[in-house]
Amino acid sequence: MLKDITIGQHFPGKSPVHNLDARLKIVITVLFVIVRFMSTNFPGLILSGVFVLAMYKLSGIPLKMLKKSIKPLMPLIVFTVILNLFFIKGETPLIKLGFVEIYPEAVMFIIVMISRILLLICGTSLLTYTTSTIALTDGLEALMKPLNKINFPVHEMAMMMTIALRFIPTLIEETEKIMNAQKSRGALLDSGSFSDKIKALVPILVPLFISAFRRAEELATAMECRCYHGGEGRTRLRQLKITNDDIRYTAVCMVTFAVILSMKLFFTRVI
Amino acid sequence: MSIMLNAENVWFRYSQEGDWALKDISLQVEKGEFVAVLGSNGCGKSTLAKLFNAILLPEKGDIIVEGINTKEEEKLLDIRQKVGMVFQNPDNQIVATVVEEDVAFALENMGVPPREIRTRIDEAMQSAGIYKHREKGPHQLSGGQKQRVAIAGIIAMRPDCIVLDEPTAMLDPYGREAVINTVKKLNKEYGITVVLITHYMTEAAQADRIVVMTKGKIEKMGTPKEIFSQVEYMQSLALDVPQTSALAYEINKHGFNLSTEAISIDECAAQLYKFLEE
Repeated sequence: MLKDITIGQHFPGKSPVHNLDARLKIVITVLFVIVRFMSTNFPGLILSGVFVLAMYKLSGIPLKMLKKSIKPLMPLIVFTVILNLFFIKGETPLIKLGFVEIYPEAVMFIIVMISRILLLICGTSLLTYTTSTIALTDGLEALMKPLNKINFPVHEMAMMMTIALRFIPTLIEETEKIMNAQKSRGALLDSGSFSDKIKALVPILVPLFISAFRRAEELATAMECRCYHGGEGRTRLRQLKITNDDIRYTAVCMVTFAVILSMKLFFTRVI
Repeated sequence: MSIMLNAENVWFRYSQEGDWALKDISLQVEKGEFVAVLGSNGCGKSTLAKLFNAILLPEKGDIIVEGINTKEEEKLLDIRQKVGMVFQNPDNQIVATVVEEDVAFALENMGVPPREIRTRIDEAMQSAGIYKHREKGPHQLSGGQKQRVAIAGIIAMRPDCIVLDEPTAMLDPYGREAVINTVKKLNKEYGITVVLITHYMTEAAQADRIVVMTKGKIEKMGTPKEIFSQVEYMQSLALDVPQTSALAYEINKHGFNLSTEAISIDECAAQLYKFLEE
């Protein structure tokens, strides 16, 4: 169950999507999110869908991964559907079942809403699938560098992110070990009422936290042993460099985004 | 031979009123030497390791690393570059999410130019035998491989000395062997001084010199043969001897006279063969 969490996982590869400069990739992803929120018509939606699928195809990430990253969001999606289906009112009901009235506006809204959520998740997880976490934090650090001027600890933030991402698989493994250990001692993790299940989490979280603190302390010592002394005077193995290819791919993305946005001019908004 | 590490009458404790973790330790490690530190749990051997690269500072006495006192704060980074440390849990010393970037971590901290980082980490990864895994994530590696990544991360700094604090305690036998072979190679081929803290007698047997510690004190020092031939003494300290020495000792109990100095399996076998012939 825990292994299904894919956010923050990296699939190494050599595709153009992988090779794109991390800074540009982050900017493109942010722009994609913005465009996704601004565009509210069907053609725009379809085009964004095609864009995301094309990117996945190009990057060689198996579409199976998509399904995996969507799975944990199913409850949220179902919740949105139910809520909106009954509470959005229009003029003429599509179906009438007793006091329940479903309007075509509601159906439209739901379709747009769901595809929006899905596209957002898929689009943004592509960033973490194709970018090694170090490249990602390097990119973020470079993009946030101007904030140094107002004494924002940019390097420290980037380091914290790297370490957090590095320890996700380790801690997941650990959680599974603890769960098995507790189960083998008769802990009932999957049954009982909701409050029972919450209570059953305590004997998992407490050892997990204790071990995480111990790890943190050891890691800090190990980092000190390797001459870590903050961001001052640090160099990087990988230098961020924007190549001609980077510019070309970014241009393609920008044009696509512009087209998606311009749809606003020609088509009426759905919501 | 010049002296790499020099501990002079070192006393250390973790809290002001607490018990002494180290009591009057004096130890010299020569350049290019392979020293193993043995001792049961809580004897202070890990504490001693942390004193060697100024993670901890002695309360009384001095630790001198190639002429630099570890108390000189402005030389801290020099000391850490000279004396690399490898810890027990490989998971808790890998910082980056890709092997090669983790190996580069120390060099990045030291401000080495990117081109030089590349050549130095390639070298380090090759000598630790993990070059082919350089693009993998740490969670895709076995324990032994992870520990060798940690070692590569240290040798990339080009230290003069490596202190390993029970590097094999969490590994399976294969991983253990690969790690120890790497350490031996670094010592023999590159002349790096090695201080190996361990629980495993077979590992200690490969060192040039063994230091036995109990309750914060150095009990005994000597070559593996000198130390392990004293089977009863080692047992009185709740320490084992290699199975080869133990075998000779057990046979001697029945009135024979075998040498307990034959530590390696070959030596022991040769001795037994000769004995049987007679």
